[in-house]
Amino acid sequence: MCLAIPGQIVEIFCEGSDQRKTALIDVVGVRRKVDLGLLQDDMPTPGEWVLIHVGFAMSKISEEDAVDQMRTLRALGEAESAMQEVQGYGLENADSKRVS
Amino acid sequence: MKFVDEFREPEVITRTAEEIRRLADPERHYRIMEVCGGHTHAIYRFGLKDLLPSNIELIHGPGCPVCVLPMGRIDDGLAIAQRPDVIFAAFGDMMRVPGTQGSPLEHKARGVDVRIVYSPSDALKLARVNPDKHVMFFAIGFETTAPSTALTLVRAKAEGVHNFSVFCNHVTIIPAIRAILDSPDMRIDAFIGPGHVSTVIGCRPYEWIAKDENKPVAVSGFEPLDILQSIVMVLRQLRAYQAKIENQYKRVVPWEGNSAALKAMAAVFELRPYFEWRGLGFISQSALRIKDSYAEWDSERRFDVPGVRVTDPKAAQCGEVLKGVLKPQQCKLFGKECTPEHPVGALMVSSEGSCAAYFNYEHRKTAMVTSIASVA
Repeated sequence: MCLAIPGQIVEIFCEGSDQRKTALIDVVGVRRKVDLGLLQDDMPTPGEWVLIHVGFAMSKISEEDAVDQMRTLRALGEAESAMQEVQGYGLENADSKRVS
Repeated sequence: MKFVDEFREPEVITRTAEEIRRLADPERHYRIMEVCGGHTHAIYRFGLKDLLPSNIELIHGPGCPVCVLPMGRIDDGLAIAQRPDVIFAAFGDMMRVPGTQGSPLEHKARGVDVRIVYSPSDALKLARVNPDKHVMFFAIGFETTAPSTALTLVRAKAEGVHNFSVFCNHVTIIPAIRAILDSPDMRIDAFIGPGHVSTVIGCRPYEWIAKDENKPVAVSGFEPLDILQSIVMVLRQLRAYQAKIENQYKRVVPWEGNSAALKAMAAVFELRPYFEWRGLGFISQSALRIKDSYAEWDSERRFDVPGVRVTDPKAAQCGEVLKGVLKPQQCKLFGKECTPEHPVGALMVSSEGSCAAYFNYEHRKTAMVTSIASVA
């Protein structure tokens, strides 16, 4: 539930009438869009790293901490469900989702 | 000490464990509560208890949102989901949580339209692509998750998506800690504060625990070394008769929290006068509801909600376990009627629940040792 997934910002977009910010992020090779609305007071730039929770970037972190966080997820046995979550963002692979 | 091989800086971990042993007064019994379910999972997974002296007892707190949700709320949500025009959307964590008539997944097998989403914004997307249906997002979570639900509601209103609503079960961590401290059968010496909740609320909301209750708090990360260092922090304070809030997880948690996330929550949510927590009962001002200005997107106002109250099965002692009065294995149902495969109580459903964590790591280990011993 409390998974925080590290990802690197690839590209930032403005969407919709309210020009909300989203970002294409890369999580160990998987690229999905996440929402940047919760970082609007401290907007990241492409190349920076963030922690992602339920499709929203929650906080900026260093690259070193991102590597540590991924290792923590692996050690906790949660890397697979983290990747499943990232792959599911945007309702992609919606029908093939495994319920664990 | 299986993790020592897999983890970085094993020598630092060993040194930190030695420091804990040095700091702990052998004449004293310490009860330290880790509030967050993620920490509970990590403590069992990494076998951290094996590194601690026997007079340090870790009490598993109420910070697993799936575990503290009363069954009646699941029944209420699933009652709305019975309507043929409704799509019930929730995180995967919710899917196996039992309601009186079965879990969301079992309802799906009976033909109810139940979908897994990984983000509240995907539930909103589901509403956009299904204009003939109403999508109800069954929202759970502490302050880590509530801001994402809040921003999704802001978007739904701004974009005029009228076939979307949120069944809000968001809870807040501070009143639960207060309820535990107020509970007459509880004695806690110090707290390991939640890591990711604190990225949102920061460290300031814990200050009363130090000032008024005289208990140390260390907000902690999730690596073994983080948790051990946090134990060192609170032991040092206890030894010096101090009580303050320390931030062990500075690399992620800003002292003041996340202002944009707090603003989003304040725009959309207000405190409920009271809310029921599984195991802890009714706690005043401990949960969020949707403000009047977003009433149209509030499932509870949009639909008739039965308002079901379900008492937990009498034999299940989730409440005592949740408060740390009983250890998971001391519950009468543990490992018998109640297992991760067939959970009776909510603490067995989520991997962050203390019963599931205990079952998966400690109980299976013991069972294996016993069966090897019996073969030998």
